[in-house]
Amino acid sequence: MSLDMIQIVGFGLVSAFLAMIVKEQKPAFAFLLTLFVGAMIFLFLIDHIVTAFQLIETLANQANINMVYLETMLKIIGIAYIAEFGAQIARDAEQGAIAQKIELAGKVLIVVMAIPIFNVLIETVISLIPG
Amino acid sequence: MAYDVDTIFQIAGIGIVVAMIHTVLKQMGKEDWAHWVTLIGFVVVLYMVATIVDDLFQRIRSVFLFIG
Repeated sequence: MSLDMIQIVGFGLVSAFLAMIVKEQKPAFAFLLTLFVGAMIFLFLIDHIVTAFQLIETLANQANINMVYLETMLKIIGIAYIAEFGAQIARDAEQGAIAQKIELAGKVLIVVMAIPIFNVLIETVISLIPG
Repeated sequence: MAYDVDTIFQIAGIGIVVAMIHTVLKQMGKEDWAHWVTLIGFVVVLYMVATIVDDLFQRIRSVFLFIG
C-alpha cells in the first residue's frame, strides 16, 4: 500500500510538471493531460475501493441488514465520487458555472435516491408513536 | 497500473510538438495549415483521453451502481 502511495505521488508530480510546461504552449492539451491523469488515478484507486466494499458487504451480511439499504448507500457514494470528479474537471477548465451545476445535479440525485430510506424511517418513527 | 505511465509523456509530447509545428507554420505564413495541425493533434489526444474516461465510467458503473 505504501509503495502504491509513493507511485501515485510520483505520478502526480510528474504530470503536474508536464502540465505546467504544456500549458505555456497550448492550454487545451494541458487540460486533456489533467483529465487523463485524473481518470488514471481514479482507475488505480477503484481496485482498493472494491476491497473496502467487500468488507462492508460482509459486515452487512453478518448483521442481517437488508441489502437494499446497503446498495442505495453504495450508489450514493458512487454518485458523490462521479459528481466530484466531473465538477473538478470542469473547474480545471475554468468553467465554474458548469461545475456548480454538476454538483447540484449530484446533490439532487442523492436526495432522490435516499427517499425510500426516508420513507422507511418515517414509517418506523410513526409506528413507534403510541395511539 | 492498468495504463502505462508513458501515455502522459505521449500526450505532453504531442502538445509540445504541435505547438512547435504551429509556430513554424505561422512563421512561414501558412496560418490555415497551422490551425489544421492543432485541430488534428487535439483530436488524437482527445481520443486517447476519451478511451480512458470510458473505461473509468464502465468501472464505476460496475463497482458503485451494480450495472453490468
